[in-house]
Amino acid sequence: MPKITYIEHNGKEHVVDAPNGQTVMEAAVKHAVPGIDADCGGACACATCHVYVDPEWLPKTGEQNSMEQSMLDFANDVEDNSRLSCQIKISAELDGLIVRLPKSQH
Amino acid sequence: MSTGEIRRVIIIGAGQAGGETAQRLRQAGFEGEITLIGEEPVAPYQRPPLSKAYLKGDIDIDRLMLRPASIYADERIALLTKTRAVWIDRANRKVRVEGGRELPYDALVLATGAKPRKLPLVGADLDGVFLFRTAADVDRVRERFVSGAKLIVIGAGYIGLEVAAVARQCGLDVTVIETAVRPLARVTSPEVAGFFLDEHTRQGVRFVLGGQPALIKGQDTATGVGLTDGAELPTDLVISGIGVTPDVALAEQCGLTVNNGIVTDRFCRTSDPNVFAIGDCAARPMVHYETRMARLESVHNAVEGAKIVAATLTGGKEHTEEAPWFWSDQYDLKLQIAGLFHGYDHVVFRGVMADRAFAAFYYRGERLIAVDAVNRPAEYLGAKLLIQTNRTLPPNVIEDMSRPMKELVASAR
Repeated sequence: MPKITYIEHNGKEHVVDAPNGQTVMEAAVKHAVPGIDADCGGACACATCHVYVDPEWLPKTGEQNSMEQSMLDFANDVEDNSRLSCQIKISAELDGLIVRLPKSQH
Repeated sequence: MSTGEIRRVIIIGAGQAGGETAQRLRQAGFEGEITLIGEEPVAPYQRPPLSKAYLKGDIDIDRLMLRPASIYADERIALLTKTRAVWIDRANRKVRVEGGRELPYDALVLATGAKPRKLPLVGADLDGVFLFRTAADVDRVRERFVSGAKLIVIGAGYIGLEVAAVARQCGLDVTVIETAVRPLARVTSPEVAGFFLDEHTRQGVRFVLGGQPALIKGQDTATGVGLTDGAELPTDLVISGIGVTPDVALAEQCGLTVNNGIVTDRFCRTSDPNVFAIGDCAARPMVHYETRMARLESVHNAVEGAKIVAATLTGGKEHTEEAPWFWSDQYDLKLQIAGLFHGYDHVVFRGVMADRAFAAFYYRGERLIAVDAVNRPAEYLGAKLLIQTNRTLPPNVIEDMSRPMKELVASAR
């Protein structure tokens, strides 16, 4: 099962076994990683699952889709490597993925 | 604040509101006992996908879980599934559950949710007539939800239309009966309702608007729906989506103030300072709408209630409320709603419906009070931010598509 590392804003790391087919948001929520609120459960309705993808992994996670881009436009502290984690699907290719969490989702 | 130290919290209702409250109490540092009581056989799960991806069969119940079941033990949350609370003794601060066991509390959170309205019709108890609230309800529907089957949906609210959309995608023959003259009559403007009516019609859904069902026909299984005008529509299954009523039975039994939901203050506190009420079952003053009372049935409201109660019970920083938000997925349309549109006096549009990407902005006087955004996430989030921060934009500015929403929001006062 792919492993994903979530790094909280305070530096605390969480390494999580993430099943293929789930999203990076779901894997975080299922393991109670603090800092990803995901209020809407992955419907791309709330923009509270914002993460920064480690730049090395950007080619593999793919680009922001247009809906995601519009949502991120209104999130705080958005960077070029910002993504909504509900829009990143886990696959074997993402084994080892590192994402960092913003200071706040609101 | 509640009287005395809070060591034991009981939450009645293990839906999203109840489940989130337990989690957020722990996240806020609450160390005492938490007991979460729910009637369903499973840990708290998300309901919105029930009428969307879950009905379609795209995801299973595990994907719906708010948290994995093991988290409750890890976080010392006593999750009592298949358990019904039957009596609240406020004087002695105890909850009795079915079977007679009594559980003491220092603070009680009512998150009892809402129950789907049953069709007030002869034949409503026939096999093949379904209500839509729990995963188990949907599991029963899914056995009959097969390509070619005839489906009648009664009620053209969001649930009814979401079910109709999934049914068409699964190849069912779909008729929607609605007593009002248009769909979504209680929840959106005639303009936006018209857009969804056209979309569903194009997708092959038949509508009987202003239709009054008189009875469900059938011996053991529903075979048709008779209307008061004498018409009869044959069917294989009937799904009822005529709204819900707040589950206030326990609140009434123990004498709390109830008025379209359990009445609370903005801290979700009921008429008893040791008892809180959140989610679909509760009505509270809306901070963004001149503190008028409202009972919202939404994920947003469930989560807000949980955050407010967690902050209040742990004496933490007061939670800053978000503007209400909702969403509905139908076909490839994502409708995102911010604010409360009731009482609007005019509506302006950004974008055009023919593009299947537009937003309707609702105003009362000069003030922006709500938005319905179809495939327009920036308009949705922008309007939400404006409502939350008590700002507005003149209608002629909102309509100007040459300026991106983000820029408009930044310029708003």
